[in-house]
Amino acid sequence: MSRLNEANVILAKEIIGRYPKARSATIPLLHLSQQQNGYITSEAMVHIGELVGATSAEILGTATFYEMFKFEPVGKYLVNICGTMSCQLLGADELMHHAEARLGVKAGGTTADGLFTLEHAECQAACTEAPNMQVNYRHCHRMTTAAFDQLIDDLAAGRLDGEIPPHGTLARVRQQIPADKAAGVASLDAPAQPAWMPAPEATS
Amino acid sequence: MTTIDPDTTADDTVEAPPVDPNAVNITVNGVPHVARKGQLVIEAAADAGEYIPRFCYHERMTSVGKCRMCLVECDTGRGPAVTVSCMVPVAPDMKVDTQSETTKRMQEGVLELLLANHPLDCPVCDKGGECPLQDQTLSNGPGESRYVEEKRHYEKPIAISDIVLLDRERCILCDRCTRFADEVAGDPLIHFNGRGNNTHITTYPDEPFSSYFSGNTVQICPVGALTAKPYRFKARPWDLSQQESTCTTCAVGCRTVVQSSRDEVLRYMGVDSEPVNHGWLCDRGRFNFESVKSPDRVLQPLVRDGDQLQPSSWNAALAAAAALITEATAAGGANSIAVLGGARGSNEDAFAWARLGHEVIGTPNVYAQMGDGLPAGLLGQPRATIDQAAHAATIVLLGPDLKEELPVLYLRLREAAEKRWSRIIEFTPKRTGLSPYAWRTIGYEPGTQVAAVQQALADPAIAAQIASGDVVVVAGRANLAESSAATVAALRELLAAVPSALVLPAFRRGNVVGALQVGMRPRPGGLDTRSTLQAAADGKIECLVLVGADPLADFPDTDLARRGLAGARRIIAVDSFLTASSSLAHVVLAASAYTEKSGTTTNIEGRVSTLARQVTPAGNSRADWMIAGELALALGGDLGYDTVDDITADIATLVDGYAEVTIEALAASTDGVVAGVPSAIDPMNVVPVDLPDRNAYDFRLVVSRTMYDQATGTANSPSLAHLPRGSAVHLHPLDIERVGTTAGTEVKVIGPRATVVFAVVADESVLRGTAWVPFNNPGPNVGDLIDCFAAVNDVRIENI
Repeated sequence: MSRLNEANVILAKEIIGRYPKARSATIPLLHLSQQQNGYITSEAMVHIGELVGATSAEILGTATFYEMFKFEPVGKYLVNICGTMSCQLLGADELMHHAEARLGVKAGGTTADGLFTLEHAECQAACTEAPNMQVNYRHCHRMTTAAFDQLIDDLAAGRLDGEIPPHGTLARVRQQIPADKAAGVASLDAPAQPAWMPAPEATS
Repeated sequence: MTTIDPDTTADDTVEAPPVDPNAVNITVNGVPHVARKGQLVIEAAADAGEYIPRFCYHERMTSVGKCRMCLVECDTGRGPAVTVSCMVPVAPDMKVDTQSETTKRMQEGVLELLLANHPLDCPVCDKGGECPLQDQTLSNGPGESRYVEEKRHYEKPIAISDIVLLDRERCILCDRCTRFADEVAGDPLIHFNGRGNNTHITTYPDEPFSSYFSGNTVQICPVGALTAKPYRFKARPWDLSQQESTCTTCAVGCRTVVQSSRDEVLRYMGVDSEPVNHGWLCDRGRFNFESVKSPDRVLQPLVRDGDQLQPSSWNAALAAAAALITEATAAGGANSIAVLGGARGSNEDAFAWARLGHEVIGTPNVYAQMGDGLPAGLLGQPRATIDQAAHAATIVLLGPDLKEELPVLYLRLREAAEKRWSRIIEFTPKRTGLSPYAWRTIGYEPGTQVAAVQQALADPAIAAQIASGDVVVVAGRANLAESSAATVAALRELLAAVPSALVLPAFRRGNVVGALQVGMRPRPGGLDTRSTLQAAADGKIECLVLVGADPLADFPDTDLARRGLAGARRIIAVDSFLTASSSLAHVVLAASAYTEKSGTTTNIEGRVSTLARQVTPAGNSRADWMIAGELALALGGDLGYDTVDDITADIATLVDGYAEVTIEALAASTDGVVAGVPSAIDPMNVVPVDLPDRNAYDFRLVVSRTMYDQATGTANSPSLAHLPRGSAVHLHPLDIERVGTTAGTEVKVIGPRATVVFAVVADESVLRGTAWVPFNNPGPNVGDLIDCFAAVNDVRIENI
């Protein structure tokens, strides 16, 4: 049920066609499945393994390396509050306490209505704008508890739908690569090394 | 090692020797050393006598530089630099320092960090005493740890397969097991999971590490993270005594170490033998030692008293056996006696039994094969070694699924294909374990091998590939439900087209090549196994001697085996277990098993290597050769052997091709001695195949073996006994639709002789129009459907 749907399978095959080796498409396909379900389901990983010719264990191993792939359902909005030094000095802890109280969940939890997931984050590279936080990886600078409440109200009311798409949305405009620019599937007899590497020296 | 000794190379009378283009001059700790071009620093230093500590580096796998333990200082002219010695090749005039203060401090630092999260449970860890982490901490580590925080915790051992357990707390993330699974075995079912401090090894949930080679990960794990069920908490390494031996589970002949404690075999380990197994073993070979100490072993001779086999003394049992043979000779002459088997034992066992059969009893009917291989004449073909096969430009497979039948040969050929040394052209009635790596997989319907070969040879691309270099044909019996004639004809066709091709015979059973070569094959006018069983069924066999043979389980045509054993007037069995066949015997002579007797064995390439006697034979059991000698004495003959070495020496003197296989040569070489190809073996005759037309609704039957089946060694090893996949009829998914059934339901499989009910399994590796059933698996017996005299066997499949 949570495998890639029919439309996405067609898209997946197109994405696979862009790479010389099918398994190079693993990460894009993980994004695709996260876009479809909001998180990466077990069935989707098995399906991606089938599509790119890898075992499920390899897909799981690759996917779990990346922080932005989620393996359990997350809310429509993923709220990441930075807790690294600059933000902490300028009130990140207070912001987090306030957020926990406002949303009624501890960091790492998802609200009962499935709208918000609250997470603690490491440095978001916006120290000049501390305290910083992100909603679905969109920055919110110089946050205050009042601004936070306003933001949550706006999100809940759908007033920011145009700006912040639901979690998992990678891009609202999908990259279009003409078929003739795709790398195509490499021959099985080609040497087992990346296509960009020079051919090995001929041995006498 | 390429150190050039000036005394032997400098010759004043001729010009200076040419400069070796592959020599690279380096110094290791100030001592000059000549390394090979491209050689890694860690290897060059080892050649120069400096062992650099390491965890992740393994000479049979790609370097990954994960553990950082092998950091040393290297100076290539820009001053000393910290270098990961398993990742950097030698460079001219490189100065390697493995002893410097910096090196020492770095290694101490790496170890301190590796130990930060490593539990200090060495006293209860199976690896303790043979643990690289423990050893190198002692030799290269800091005296104490500064880490006082709580260590990382994981659930203590989790089973990642039926055999292997993983303790993630002990794991140092060296990537050896995962690299092995991916690179060597081709089963990447374990992988790193998570990141940073949370990285750990896992399988996919509910998808176990069910590789046929999983035991190797336990052997190469540099810590106690991976342990195998059969050895857990059984012994401490310092209590083990060990000897090198050769695995006789199949005919690849992997080099092993047999380890025992208190006279009980506890573990086999792979030994890195360059020409054979590269250190790897399959799980079946590694773990079936459990059968040696099985409580079901036959511990003393048994003599039939009515319906019961009663324990007896050796004297009484040998007298009874001799009496049966004497009676049989009196009743029907020596030709009415047949000896089957001998492939289980050593060359010495087989030679003694061949002499007993041919010379003392005087029968020509002696045969080591069980009707499931190609004719013995295959051994007369120009023979390839495993190394030649794994380095041939073209490897032609015309035989069984090597992953199932000769697993380590599969690893060698898979490596050849993966590293692009070789291209594999495969002719097979069902996709095999090597199909994903084959350059061409040519499926054929049973019986049509010749046409498939002819058609392939006519293909210009294939012809060009075959002409591009040396060719090795791996030939064997791919299908037990057809006669071997079509395969022999196809092999002849190939050899006629490529006269320079060498043949690697894919015989399966442990020492079948040795047994056939030293004489366990019919003399002129003698019967092979099929004819013996037919003669027995016709009442013409007065006495049948089964030397470790179990025709009821191993002969493809179960009906004939059943009739043969019922029709044989007297049966003598030499066996370690009461099998379906040996339990029908009138006298059972208790045979000692592998690891209980010394001798030699011969593998598929003809390599003769030694077997070690590591434990005392169970009960009163004796080696086959001793039984043969005693039986000869009881029959008034004398083989004249007092020790097993007498026979080894006699084989070297008397057996065609074994002249160089002397005790001295075997003692001098760790890799064994390759015996020559026998010149006087019977020719491999092409018998015309009369192939019946296949009815459109019939399926042509393909039956082959799987790695785990009900073989005695597997069935009596508790860790392996539950692993056979079970008997079922495998059909192509489209054929399942055609039959009008679904996967998982039971169907009637109807042959001319019998109807057997199997569950249906959807299997895309099965060709359309054929039905595959694994042989000798638990469940309904497919042998009932096989007629061994038919060219092919067709079956009809009906819903119940």
